Amino acid sequence: MIPDPPLALTVAIPFATAILIFLIPERQQGLIKLLATLAGALCLVLSLWIFVAYNFSRAGFQFQLQSNWLPSLGITFHLGVDGISVLMVLLTGIVMFTAILVTWGLTYRVKDFFAFLMLLVTGVFGTFQSLDLFFFFFFYELAIIPMYLLIGVWGSTRKEYGALKLTIFLTAGSVLVWVGLLATYVAASSASFDLLELEKVTFTADFQRFFFPFFLVGFGVLAGLWPFHTWSPDGHVAAPTAVSMLHAGVLMKLGAFGIIRIGVHLFPEGAQTWMPLLLVLATVNVVYGAFSAMAQRDLKFVIGYSSVSHMGYVLMGFATLNVVAMNGAVLQMFSHGIMTALFFALVGVIYDQAHTRDIAVFGGLARRMGTVAAFFAVGGLASMGLPGLSGFVAEFLVFVGTFQTYPVVAVLGIVGALATAVYILRLLALAFLGPLNERWTGLTDMNRYTWAGTSILVFCLVLVGLWPGPFIDRIATSVGPLVARALGAL
Amino acid sequence: MPPSASDLALVAPELWLAGWAFLVFTADLFLPATRKTWLAYLSLAGLVVVALSALSLGGVSAPAFGGILVVDRFAVFFKLLFAVIAAFVILCSIHYVQKRLSYPGEYYALILLSTLGMMLLAASAELITAYISLELVSFSLYVLVSYAKTNAKSNEGGMKYMLLGAFASALLLYGLSFLYGVTGETSFEAIAVALKGGPTGGSLALSLAVVLLLAGLSFKVAAVPFHMWAPDAYEGAPTPVTAFIAVASKAAGFALVLRIFVEALSPLLADWRGVVALLAALTMVVGNLVAIQQRNIKRMLAYSSVGQVGYLLVGVAALTPDPEHGAMATSAMLLHLAGYAAANLAAFLVVILLDHATGKDDIPDFAGLAERAPFAALALTASLFSLAGLPIFAGFVTKFYIFAAAAQADLLWLVLLATLMSLVSFYYYLMVVKQMYMVPAPEPGRLRVPALLTGTLAVLLALVVFIGVWPQPLASAAEAASAVLFR
Repeated sequence: MIPDPPLALTVAIPFATAILIFLIPERQQGLIKLLATLAGALCLVLSLWIFVAYNFSRAGFQFQLQSNWLPSLGITFHLGVDGISVLMVLLTGIVMFTAILVTWGLTYRVKDFFAFLMLLVTGVFGTFQSLDLFFFFFFYELAIIPMYLLIGVWGSTRKEYGALKLTIFLTAGSVLVWVGLLATYVAASSASFDLLELEKVTFTADFQRFFFPFFLVGFGVLAGLWPFHTWSPDGHVAAPTAVSMLHAGVLMKLGAFGIIRIGVHLFPEGAQTWMPLLLVLATVNVVYGAFSAMAQRDLKFVIGYSSVSHMGYVLMGFATLNVVAMNGAVLQMFSHGIMTALFFALVGVIYDQAHTRDIAVFGGLARRMGTVAAFFAVGGLASMGLPGLSGFVAEFLVFVGTFQTYPVVAVLGIVGALATAVYILRLLALAFLGPLNERWTGLTDMNRYTWAGTSILVFCLVLVGLWPGPFIDRIATSVGPLVARALGAL
Repeated sequence: MPPSASDLALVAPELWLAGWAFLVFTADLFLPATRKTWLAYLSLAGLVVVALSALSLGGVSAPAFGGILVVDRFAVFFKLLFAVIAAFVILCSIHYVQKRLSYPGEYYALILLSTLGMMLLAASAELITAYISLELVSFSLYVLVSYAKTNAKSNEGGMKYMLLGAFASALLLYGLSFLYGVTGETSFEAIAVALKGGPTGGSLALSLAVVLLLAGLSFKVAAVPFHMWAPDAYEGAPTPVTAFIAVASKAAGFALVLRIFVEALSPLLADWRGVVALLAALTMVVGNLVAIQQRNIKRMLAYSSVGQVGYLLVGVAALTPDPEHGAMATSAMLLHLAGYAAANLAAFLVVILLDHATGKDDIPDFAGLAERAPFAALALTASLFSLAGLPIFAGFVTKFYIFAAAAQADLLWLVLLATLMSLVSFYYYLMVVKQMYMVPAPEPGRLRVPALLTGTLAVLLALVVFIGVWPQPLASAAEAASAVLFR
């Protein structure tokens, strides 16, 4: 019998570390960083173990853990993972660990930074694993709180504006989710917030059609769904490296995850009614995001809009309610998470030394930052969907599945991939290749901690690209029943 | 009828408190000027005795003094709550009183007397007792608000509070008299019985009674449009007194609201739900929107309190005579009052801290507090986030509970408005957090903070997080207290 603790530990360890760090004085910066890295390593090992130990021949939630919390409202602390969330937990573990490694050079208010970062990670782990809607929302909100301070204090370009915009947008989205959750609770009349209880309830078609948009838009804001995505470029540009890595890499996936975990899972008829709209919006995401990225001069803005575009693939895959496309969409969540974390880490290395991110002033950086350039190239190729890297597997599945049901949309999606190739290659050429701009002769390559972190990310991109089997197996275990449930309502 | 021994035993906490207040008055006569802080410790000791006495009442449920008071779990919950709040306020006051106020003896005694009034209010079982208790609370608070005799704002705040308060009390009394006229009874239970019998002699009189009652009570808790006194009174009053009004008198007001609406006016709840919901909506919107523009932290917290009253009124709107759902709304309100008390006290304590160190209380004066007093900044951030309703803090759970009860009562539109206003409140709280963490300090160096205040702050912060992460103990106490009202 697989023991329950691992899931609770992934939530407890970051939280306990946060409290511990708050108690340590600021001057012990080395100790604080060590503690954070230790927590990150532990969570990575745990998430790896959960991933490997997950039995993909059995559908349903595993590693479950449940205890009473507020019985009068039917709230229990209920954790569990299925094939989809097991991948997300692994993603969180990987990005958390690498984000901490990449931040080893921080010297300004180290204690507050790592404490808030740990709180953020607690929220993310908790949301992915919660099977109780109250706690899903609890951890979801918890992940938003530290963002304002993390961006506002340690960020860069227009940090106060970016921080406020991001926080207000995401909280506004969660307002919609909150109302939807309460409406669900009342309509179910089973006086419980437990997902496994609620999935047995059949909500009326009218109720589903009315409230599905609450979840679609509420979670869509976090997922970067057009037109609610405008917080994303400003927020990511302003955020410090580790925060951008976690946010674009993992938190945006929380939004998409919420749409399927709560929206599609509980309201199949509502999903069917509104998915065509999501498809249209997601396509706009892909195309608009890609073309916007082409027009940007700031390196981080390019990555930011690229994230908006790639999240479009995820949402597109979900919107088709097609098994193949959804498998691809979930894998894309993982693949893009790793990819974007890698990009932000590399951009961080450049910015820390050059203090600018303007593509036009760079040139030939590969001569001074060889590893950065190489890794950037790998990330870029993955982003374009080159076979052999994770991006290809994910996007290919999404396109195949979408083509089966909505051929026109699939073609538009491929146009987006074309545009991606344009801006990625242009970026590589302008910034890294060619003759070295005199201004940058003093730059050095990344330090060994960053090297450790980014090479883990590159490894993951290559691994999933060459050996996607174990990943798809786990995803398919849960996507299959989900789609059957969503379509079965026909 | 002479009071029996059991009657006296039932009001033991109040008797202790009354006696102790006079003990403090008397001790003040004998203590030299340098030892006046002993009065604070004496008052604290008294509150400990009172709290223990209240705890020993346990699960008793009995009328006292021929039915004018009733001592049940609901009353005991509030007795403990008021005692704890008063204790924290006294802890916050020690340095403030020493530095800025004269006549410390009367100060502490008035806090004790005000608490006494609140305890009696929560235990009242009929109209006149409720009114007298309310007046005891109000008079003590009028004096406390104007306690900084040489400060013009304190006098202004106290004057406004007193004049408007007297007016509101008159309205309340007028409403009570109509209620008596219509039903012929003053005991809450008897009124409910009389009202159940159908429209009693002129429903216009009854409507007038309820309107006047609502007006008077709304004033006491500072609901819109009867909140005008609050910002000036909060800003002018000595900060510990502000904390006391913001937290305790609101709790007392709502204790009375619950008693009257659930025990006396329960047959009318369905008819008046719309009006109460409208009142709640107005209060939330006005309170939160006006708070955005405030420059002074005490005024901002005043408007924020008005907003919080709005959330509590959402709970009142969700009340039904039906035991299951009505009790849910009531326990949600009790829980919210407790969480709100802890968070607000912590917030005001940080304001007192800053005032102690720098003598200022405008929001821009908080600049760089994260560097000058990191723990205080963290505590203020946590309490503001709790007030905004963010998780791991008490406010999240308590608001969720109220909104769940409101959703059950078919008030989802009100819940949507409330969550939107929570978002608005998050914005102006963030502006304070921004000052503390993102604006550089005007002059470097740590602020000198008395250890006692830091310790108190730590306890309050722990409470806020505890309620937010493990609410079950407090929730079951609240639920037990609410169940009593609906038996």
